Amino acid sequence: MKSNKIFISGDEAVAQGVRLSRPHVVAAYPITPQTITVERLAEMAESGEMEGEYMHVESEHSAISATMGASSVGARTFTASSSQGLLYMAEGLHYCSGGRWPVVMMNANRSVALPWSIYGDQRDSLSLLDCGWIQVYVEDAQEALDMIIQAYKIAEHKDVLTPMMVNLDGFILTHTYELVDIPEQEMVDKFLPAFQTPNKMSFEEPKNLGFSSKPDDNTEFKYQQNEAMFNSIQVLKDVDQEFADTFGRKYDGMVEEYRCEDAEVVLVALGSVCGTIRVVVDKMRAEGKKVGLLKIRYMRPFPEAEVKDLAKRVNAIGVVDKDISFGYEGTVYTNVNSAISKIDKYVYKSNFVGGLGGRDITKDEIEEMFNKLFSGVENKSEEKVEFFSLNVESND
Amino acid sequence: MTNLVDIPKVNAKNMTEKEFFYGHKACAGCGGSIAVRLALKVLGERTYTALPAGCMSAVGFIYPQMAFNTNAIITTFPGSASMASGIAVGAKALGQKDVKTVVFAGDGGTADIGFQALSGMIDRNDDVLYICYDNEAYMNTGIQKSGLTPYGTKTTTTPAGDNIPGTITHKKNLFEIIAAHDIAYAATASIGYPQDFLNKVNKAKHIKGATFIHVYASCPTGWGTPTETSVEIAKDAVDCGLIFLAEFEDGEYKLNRNPKQFAPVQDYLKKQGRFKHMSDADMQCVIDNRDKKWSRMRKHWL
Repeated sequence: MKSNKIFISGDEAVAQGVRLSRPHVVAAYPITPQTITVERLAEMAESGEMEGEYMHVESEHSAISATMGASSVGARTFTASSSQGLLYMAEGLHYCSGGRWPVVMMNANRSVALPWSIYGDQRDSLSLLDCGWIQVYVEDAQEALDMIIQAYKIAEHKDVLTPMMVNLDGFILTHTYELVDIPEQEMVDKFLPAFQTPNKMSFEEPKNLGFSSKPDDNTEFKYQQNEAMFNSIQVLKDVDQEFADTFGRKYDGMVEEYRCEDAEVVLVALGSVCGTIRVVVDKMRAEGKKVGLLKIRYMRPFPEAEVKDLAKRVNAIGVVDKDISFGYEGTVYTNVNSAISKIDKYVYKSNFVGGLGGRDITKDEIEEMFNKLFSGVENKSEEKVEFFSLNVESND
Repeated sequence: MTNLVDIPKVNAKNMTEKEFFYGHKACAGCGGSIAVRLALKVLGERTYTALPAGCMSAVGFIYPQMAFNTNAIITTFPGSASMASGIAVGAKALGQKDVKTVVFAGDGGTADIGFQALSGMIDRNDDVLYICYDNEAYMNTGIQKSGLTPYGTKTTTTPAGDNIPGTITHKKNLFEIIAAHDIAYAATASIGYPQDFLNKVNKAKHIKGATFIHVYASCPTGWGTPTETSVEIAKDAVDCGLIFLAEFEDGEYKLNRNPKQFAPVQDYLKKQGRFKHMSDADMQCVIDNRDKKWSRMRKHWL
């Protein structure tokens, strides 16, 4: 297998993945910590390394509008955003999924104001869970690059035609450097052929797109959109397998289980914190404690089957949420809990909310979470949602 | 830049009889739909049309009845210019030749919510003709004030009463704001002078890059005028000097009409329900503002 390993940041890995995917149009607006990606793409456009058109748009709203415009004539498109920029795009995100344009976006997960923070949590993308985009969360730079390439293949599939957001944790992944394997262009070309779609304006067959629909038809369009999202479950698994066959790397589709085979308690998490959890799992396993990690890769579509399957095998599930849905609980927890409620078995559950505004989640804290799960099961404690490692007193 | 002298002229004889905007649900006498219809006759079949939320998108795209015979798309409200930019750049990236992208957006969609994207589109000089059909209020949502609603207008958000005489601001100076971007070509027009409008669309069609036309388009529903007078009233607006016909080309302004004498402003205002409440003092304010504007234009544009 040909390979070319270089030492690059997560942002640069995304830019390499975009270049290899041969987009026709890249439209993006800079926002920390996504900026390096758009800078690298601009350099690639300048040097001719990337053949597509690079548009210097004046806002994120225009970035998503321009990518939709380009997609509506059949172009493969890319944009990137983060935090307030992603929220500024929100109108366009719903528009894009409703129009069934398979735009691919990188989102550098970052806290949202107020208070202002440029550091990372996942409230930006998780607050937009219902915007109709496929959402994948990656753990390292290699996965970020690989998922950009996979994203085009999934999003553009005729049974899916749904935009896709590749999320990577701000700074922890965007700005740290790793050895990343850059696939050969000709292999990517073979894996990802040129974008073909009937959902475009053309002079052979003129179309009116972006139309209004009365209440009589509206539910049917939304039903189809929801079905397409469910269709993506099989497609993303097939694409991951094909990716493994071509490039030798596999991500296990919707979720990845780490040492869950005989686990009694597991933590569920998204993104880079999974790397820390793995280390703690290894340590506790060495001490004879049966712990495991469920890394959720896709939040939409949601891996319900996988969560249910795991819940049937364990005594306790803790969810690490780097977000909070104010007035309730973490969004990941809500989703996990909903899936677990559909099995006929009691599982102890706990929601650990933390890491907001970029605060570190330490190995010690993760070990404490595992221990709380063990003691919750043993003492038949009340299930709860708690802000983890808080400097102020909680109401409890 | 294209040599403008070589551009073939358009007129009633050589223009296509084909309708590209047909079967829409606009009100009788809709000036906006006249502007769209005329412009598309000049632009022809190889045109991508983008329209934001507004009357023309509302009346043209109600699934499954589509009124555009050419490719057309509704954009986000603030994103008509940026989506059109994406279309033009996408078409270029795909190697499509002899293609034009046009925007038809109302005054609110252009001068207010869509302005940022429009400014960006001109800055990048994307190959888009942006046509603003100006009916001087948000007509699709039921006649609310926009940045191009003129002084004295009664709208549903600027009601006229004893305390406030309707709209108390003057129209934004849109044409000059656009020209200040150093755009290759910008023009004003009125559906009351259709040949002039057609010529300007034709000129813009042949220029590669960003171009802009601000066309005055009457709205019987919002203006309180009889449907059969739509074209006439749009002509009156020019004849009384409240609307001017001009071009900005190669960095120079040009007045296309410079009447020695204006028709009475009062006659134009009194014909319309939206101005019926205006006092003599309010009308004088409109006239004074017009005269100031013309004195500036005559000094610098002739």
